[in-house]
Amino acid sequence: MTPSGGTGSLPDSENLGKMRVLLIEDDKSTASYIQKGLTEKGHSADIAGRGDVGLNMALGGNYQVLIVDRMLPSLDGLSLVEQLRQQNNLIPVLVLSALGDVDDRIEGLKAGGDDYLSKPFSFSELLARLEALVRRSTAESQETTLIAGELEMDLLARVVKRQNTPIDLQPREFRLLEYLMRHSNQVVTRTMLLENVWDYNFDPQTNVIDVHISRLRGKIDRNFNSPMLSTVRGAGYILRTH
Amino acid sequence: MFHSYTLRLAFLYATIFSISTLFLFYFFYVFTASYMTQQMDSTIQTEIQGLAERYKQEGISGLTALIAERINRHQATGNSLYLLTNYTLQPLVGNLDRWPKEASVDEDWIEFELVMDEQTNETHLARAKIFRLPGQFGLLVGRDIHQLTEAKRRIVQALTWGLVFMVLLAFSGGLVLSRRTVRKIERINQTAKSIISGDLSRRIPLTARNDDFDQLANNLNHMLDRIEMLMEDIRRVSDNIAHDLRTPLTRLRQHLEEARLEQEPTSQSAMGLEQSIKEADSLLSTFNALLRIARIEAGQIRAGFSEVDFHMLLQDVVELYEPLVEAKDQKIEQSIETQAVSDGDRDLLFQAFANLIENAIKYTPNHGKITVSLVVRPDAMIITICDNGPGIPEPERGKVFQRFYRLDQSRSTAGNGLGLSMVSAVITLHRGEITLEDNAPGLRCLIRIPS
Repeated sequence: MTPSGGTGSLPDSENLGKMRVLLIEDDKSTASYIQKGLTEKGHSADIAGRGDVGLNMALGGNYQVLIVDRMLPSLDGLSLVEQLRQQNNLIPVLVLSALGDVDDRIEGLKAGGDDYLSKPFSFSELLARLEALVRRSTAESQETTLIAGELEMDLLARVVKRQNTPIDLQPREFRLLEYLMRHSNQVVTRTMLLENVWDYNFDPQTNVIDVHISRLRGKIDRNFNSPMLSTVRGAGYILRTH
Repeated sequence: MFHSYTLRLAFLYATIFSISTLFLFYFFYVFTASYMTQQMDSTIQTEIQGLAERYKQEGISGLTALIAERINRHQATGNSLYLLTNYTLQPLVGNLDRWPKEASVDEDWIEFELVMDEQTNETHLARAKIFRLPGQFGLLVGRDIHQLTEAKRRIVQALTWGLVFMVLLAFSGGLVLSRRTVRKIERINQTAKSIISGDLSRRIPLTARNDDFDQLANNLNHMLDRIEMLMEDIRRVSDNIAHDLRTPLTRLRQHLEEARLEQEPTSQSAMGLEQSIKEADSLLSTFNALLRIARIEAGQIRAGFSEVDFHMLLQDVVELYEPLVEAKDQKIEQSIETQAVSDGDRDLLFQAFANLIENAIKYTPNHGKITVSLVVRPDAMIITICDNGPGIPEPERGKVFQRFYRLDQSRSTAGNGLGLSMVSAVITLHRGEITLEDNAPGLRCLIRIPS
């Protein structure tokens, strides 16, 4: 996973409001970097430097999402997540790791983590993933129709319409748009798309995702006045509903 | 297994053994045969002496009488030969009916054939001494040496069979001995092979005999221990270097990003910082790729293996890259067989095939053609990715898998020189092989993954 670019042009999350984040991380530099970034974006973050302390804070405090480093003093990150899940605590967890290999990722997800990010990461990647986790936990539903602004997607009939005009999409484009609609008004990164739309965790050397996005943009935006799908420089893409 | 070394050694054994046996038998025969002939000759000589004495005392009549008497006496055994002739070599007395034509007139030892039976033409070999008595009488005293030659023939026969047996014994003995030796070497060889294929923890098994081979194996094992230790050291050191450099690099990147946040997004310094972040990212991604390749090569990732549908995987790769292919007006053709399921790491395999297809797209000029195929064989899957670009010159083909190796003509294009190292590491992790061939024109990557 290659971190990508800065965060300067990252828009503030529009309809999520303020996130309350618990950051369980023993490396002070990383912790303050994340905290600073989150505060800047209007969220709040508490820091726990030890595993056992972090677990207690997670169980007692009212947080929306957890960032847990794998390597922690007194109680390692994966055991912490396991204990949390054993107590039926379903708070979304993003696991951080310095190792960063596919095996570690699978282990992290198996232990009960909801997402996995390996160091070094760009702040925009972390933020996009946190927002996706919080969104998922607040709006997890089994609806058959997705609506994002002028776009309407029928998941059963596999039909997409914008302003009631049908749009013809390839199966992968359909999945791509579905993911973007589920995370509308929210930045999604290239690695998030690779992991969730293509279902592979790998590191492309080329701008192949950009090409897919611009193809999709051609289909959903070309004949309409206001473009919905745009690129956020250095971070990823965003589907705006207004 | 008929090893050429085994055969060579067996031949050597057999040859040395046969030559020495041949010498032994030859001397044995020569001495025995000449001793037997000497015995015969001295018997004849004694007899001649007796006859000579009688001749001296009683003249030719006494000699005739003695010969007749002796013939009578030896009738039963019948292997003594006597003949006395006059000066025209007409027989006077004796048990030979004529003077043998092989005999000259001078005193000499002769050998000649005796006809024993006119009907069957049976002949015996005879040995005799001839000489002239005063008054031109011819005298021949000899022996039928049929038994002697028969004995010699038997000895030669026995020795020949003995020799044949010896040669066979020497050859098979040599074969057995050398095969035992070769088998011991083979044991060492097998271990070496599995060590070469990556299992450095293997050791050569020792036997209880503690012979030279065990000592060799023991020394090799010690050497392997040492190599393993050194490699472990190197790995630890390079991991530490990578880790130690990665952490400050990560912090550097964080600080740059923090500084970047404090600038006006469009300002000059924000642009500079963004450029620096990009450079840090490319450094970090090279480091990550290096560490990742090292981990794959160390085989630590096999634990994450699960069932992978290669048909689907390859189709996904092709589908992902199709827009890039179209953007360059290239064509991608695929013939991917189904029923291609094998154990593997799907993310790593995807990465490997993606790297190969990215290369094909990158190096094939516009309007080029790329083909991806998968053929399922009973023992393996054969995956080929071909293009009709410039290809790779033959002497370079082995080198492109080395880390940071780049062809001269590709130095100007983007990339870190680790893409094919990654491919090679992933394929090796799956016990597969990758070979690069000439696609005339272009490059053909041939991947074989045993199922």
